Amino acid sequence: MLEIKNLHASIEGKEILKGIDLHVKAGEIHAIMGPNGSGKSTLAAAIAGRDIVEITEGEIIYIGENLKDMNPEERARKGLFLGFQYPVEIPGVSIVNFMKTAINENRKFKGLEPISASEFLKLMNEKQELVGLHSKLTNRSVNEGFSGGEKKRNEIFQMAMLEPLLAILDETDSGLDIDAMKIVANGVNKLKRSDNATILITHYQRLLDFVIPDFVHVLYKGRIVKSSGKELALELEEKGYEWIEEEV
Amino acid sequence: MNLLTSDTVIKQQIIDQFEKHADELNKGSGSQINRFRKQALNDFNRLGIPTTKNENYRYTPVDRFLHGNYDLELLANPFRINLEDVFKCNIPELDTDVLLILNGFYYGSERQLNLPDGVIICSLNEASQRYPDIFNAHYSKYADTATDGLVAMNTLFARDGIFVYLPEDTELNRPLQIINLTYSFNNLRITRRNLVVAGKNAKAGIVICDHSLCEQSYHINSLSEICLGDHAHIDYARIQNENNLSAQINNVFVNQQANSHFNSHIITLHAGLSRNNFYVKLRDPYCECNLYGLFLCDGNQHVANYTLMNHDSPNCLSNQLFKGILDDEATGTFNGKIFVRQDAQKTRAYQRNNNILLSSSAKMNSKPHLEIYADDVKCSHGATTGQLDNEALFYMRTRGIGVNEARHLLMYAFANEIVSEISVDVLRERIIELIDKRLRGELSRCNNCDIHCIP
Amino acid sequence: MQMPSQSKIVQGMDASQDKLLTQVTRGDYEFGFYTDIETDSFAKGLDENVIRQISIKKNEPEFMLEFRLKAYRHWLTMKMPQWAHLTIPEIDYQNIIYYAAPQLKPGLNSLDEVDPELLRTFEKLGIPLEEQKVLSGVAVDAVMDSISIKTTFKETLAELGVIFCSMSEAIREYPDLVKKYIGSVVPYTDNFFATLNSAVFSDGSFCYIPKGVRCPMELSTYFRINTANTGQFERTLIIADDDSYVSYLEGCTAPIRDENQLHAAVVEIITLDNAEVKYSTVQNWYPGDKNGKGGIYNFVTKRGLCKGDHSKISWTQVETGSAITWKYPSCILRGDHTTGEFYSVAITNNYQQADTGTKMIHIGKNSHSTIISKGIAAGHGQNSFRSLVKVVKKADKTRNFTQCDSLLMGDQCGAHTFPYIEVENDSAVLEHEATTSKIGEDQIFYCNQRGIDTENAIGLIINGYAREVLNKLPMEFAMEAQKLLQISLEGSVG
Repeated sequence: MLEIKNLHASIEGKEILKGIDLHVKAGEIHAIMGPNGSGKSTLAAAIAGRDIVEITEGEIIYIGENLKDMNPEERARKGLFLGFQYPVEIPGVSIVNFMKTAINENRKFKGLEPISASEFLKLMNEKQELVGLHSKLTNRSVNEGFSGGEKKRNEIFQMAMLEPLLAILDETDSGLDIDAMKIVANGVNKLKRSDNATILITHYQRLLDFVIPDFVHVLYKGRIVKSSGKELALELEEKGYEWIEEEV
Repeated sequence: MNLLTSDTVIKQQIIDQFEKHADELNKGSGSQINRFRKQALNDFNRLGIPTTKNENYRYTPVDRFLHGNYDLELLANPFRINLEDVFKCNIPELDTDVLLILNGFYYGSERQLNLPDGVIICSLNEASQRYPDIFNAHYSKYADTATDGLVAMNTLFARDGIFVYLPEDTELNRPLQIINLTYSFNNLRITRRNLVVAGKNAKAGIVICDHSLCEQSYHINSLSEICLGDHAHIDYARIQNENNLSAQINNVFVNQQANSHFNSHIITLHAGLSRNNFYVKLRDPYCECNLYGLFLCDGNQHVANYTLMNHDSPNCLSNQLFKGILDDEATGTFNGKIFVRQDAQKTRAYQRNNNILLSSSAKMNSKPHLEIYADDVKCSHGATTGQLDNEALFYMRTRGIGVNEARHLLMYAFANEIVSEISVDVLRERIIELIDKRLRGELSRCNNCDIHCIP
Repeated sequence: MQMPSQSKIVQGMDASQDKLLTQVTRGDYEFGFYTDIETDSFAKGLDENVIRQISIKKNEPEFMLEFRLKAYRHWLTMKMPQWAHLTIPEIDYQNIIYYAAPQLKPGLNSLDEVDPELLRTFEKLGIPLEEQKVLSGVAVDAVMDSISIKTTFKETLAELGVIFCSMSEAIREYPDLVKKYIGSVVPYTDNFFATLNSAVFSDGSFCYIPKGVRCPMELSTYFRINTANTGQFERTLIIADDDSYVSYLEGCTAPIRDENQLHAAVVEIITLDNAEVKYSTVQNWYPGDKNGKGGIYNFVTKRGLCKGDHSKISWTQVETGSAITWKYPSCILRGDHTTGEFYSVAITNNYQQADTGTKMIHIGKNSHSTIISKGIAAGHGQNSFRSLVKVVKKADKTRNFTQCDSLLMGDQCGAHTFPYIEVENDSAVLEHEATTSKIGEDQIFYCNQRGIDTENAIGLIINGYAREVLNKLPMEFAMEAQKLLQISLEGSVG
């Protein structure tokens, strides 16, 4: 589903990613771990198509297509979802209006008619329940005045609404208490199917207690320095990132 | 070499025009309107047309828009207008009493107005003769001709307009919709003069639609005096939709007595030059005044909003929120002032101006000023000028929303903050629809109107 | 007014605050004394001859006299600006002495030769001119009336190539540098007061930081008006060459007198590529008495030009003195990626008036500016903030953030804000915020409840309110500024 080959990327002329290789197949959950500043968020931004990230070498192939020159909305309409580390506040745009627009744009892309009001309402209710997002929130402006937990829950809610093929969750666990994290993890697990995949980007191991990854990768100074099964996360938790430093 | 500057030339043209037509003007209007002309002429002669050297007009070169030859229409055009035929602006489902003003002259309504007892709605000229007591107590009492040459000019040429009087404890059953039309084959100089007097505890909603029915260049000098008695409440909404050769100076003088409440929305969709001057006097304690403005301009359009919020008494509340979206070579100006007198303690006065520039040739000037002489007050002002939020755009695009649609959503959300405050539901929805079309670059003429008034 | 007694000072306040309060109890304007010293003064009045005489006294090269005369002739065609929110009484420019100099022995080289009376004067002002007594790390140029008395640490600085001397000396010793830069930021035609200054300026400080040098000590000018009826017209020129840095401080005081005295200075700063100048002022001219009698008219033009790319100019000012202040330290951000900053605290008490603020002119791409202004009005004071933020068409990706807060104490004073924002570029982002407030009774009560009396509570709250700006001052200055704030507001609460 996703194939990253020798990816080099820089921001404002500074090289952050220095040769990443990553293969993700349908049905898999991958976790990418690493210390602050190792390039995790840059990798997520590169996949989603953020323009400040400049790809200088290598390529990203998603469902058989090179993502080079593909704009972010086209990637999204092809099933790529990025859960933001810092979800953006959009004053004046209600979640309802926002999601309706997003769903319809996605449907238009697939050649479908716009969703009917009743169907949309049903979908909203169903997905809200799934992630435990209070219905009061959906009438508010996107992320405006939300608590940290509410913002992250809103990200999972949107993921549920858009049903992506590949979801990249960038530090979705940070700033969450244990209950909120369970809800987020529960959302991820419930949305898991054999035809979709998830990449979890995280600093800590604790989310992986609730979402069991098939593979764990350690990103360090712009390179994946270690890849293994879920046991790697535990090892990392125990020994800390200094251990990786020594290994490298 | 021409030693005269353009503003002195315009001034002289206007004075000459007045002197040439003074007799006809006086003959056609009531003596209560005529008796102010002499003072107005003196003041106009002294003040002239404001130039950018005038601090209040620093960013609005009105003189540039007003030069050239303009005819004066001294009599109401006998041409009968059938509202239903010519103009279908009436908002569907909006239950209003519709009144027509053509080129500054009152035409009234085709239908019988459904008014509560004692309420008077008629032409200004008629009111000056039939209701001298009410008229004299208010006419030219709030709009001081000594403050601004354009105010003096309006009083100098005042001929007609609309008069609204609401006695104590009356309430209009439905909003009054005033349609200001301009229709001419010549370049016209139009003067409109309105007077609204709301007695104690009276309540009214007024919707004003400004429309061009022609592609001629014209200059409108419009002035409204609005007086609110104790506990009176007026909702005032205005939609400006005029052609690109038009220049409109719109002066609104609001005088508020104790506990009165005034709300205003000015939505400028199209105009060559639109300059709105609000002079609000919060005369007595516990008044509330909300001024909202939204302007969407492109091409060479110039939209300027000026406010002077005078807090003369304690415990009053005022809000000003003006937002603009500017594209192409358009210029926008917000020039606002809150003035808090020494004894106006417990004042709460807020002012905000937010602007979005969409093109590298658009310009925005903002002057949010405060002048405060009382200490127990809460005042704030803020101004921003920038672009659509790139973070928000990217966020939307990662959800599959195309870049144009995302931009539109953001612009719409930006504008919606103003519109959402409009209290009449159907009107709000109608305005939302107009803005939506305007933002999509479609003609923003009303749905079922046949006239392509925007060139 | 009740003075806070030592016994009332609560435990737990830090030592600096303790010291501060002791100083506060000393009373009103503490620098109001007069030094009786022989002075070489001109007669009152101004004409071309006076200007020629000044130039001769200073032994100036021809180009300087020409500059002065051009300015004077232009000045005769100008009128005093009327746009400020100030009431300025008529000034008789023929009733001012344009040159007054304490008598100096010629060829002054060592400190022993300075008149001991002058040394004592500056010592009393807290500015010892003997290097061993000076706060380490601060070099001082002391200016009294029309001339520079003494510049300390000159030799130490000279080793690095830093030129720090009086303006008169610079005109004689470094005419090329002066000729190149004087009037390049504030042209002699700029405004009424700057033009007058260009004609009659007598002394001031000059500073040149060579390429790549980070000036190791704070440079400081201390201005003192001593002689009655004189106007002080100093001129400061700071040039920071590529990759250099300097922090510059300015202080000022004057004796208490019933007549008003005019101070019309000009400061020009030029930063070349990657250079940074930080200019701090604690302005404590005599503000006049409680009834508004006397005090300095402080009509000053300060402007910096960020000429080189990536250069930065930062103005910090604490304005407590002067009867009338008219002053707008500004930045012209001409280079790309340049930064301009303006941090200001301005207090007006009694009958003081201030119209102060800044201009940020964005010409370079990616130029950024920050404006933080804290105005405090008390008594019958009128405090106006005025700013212009302008983004020209070519200035892509510029940013400005402006915050101007006003605090009112009492119902006889006024606080006004007059921002002008002009944007001609669609990639600019500008934000302006302003609030007006008073000291909350609940805040004072909270302090009272913890045992802090009202006077001290207000001091605390005011210092907290101004903290953001005070933090930008160098250490020694911050203490002085904090003290000044408190003194300036004495008697403003009943």
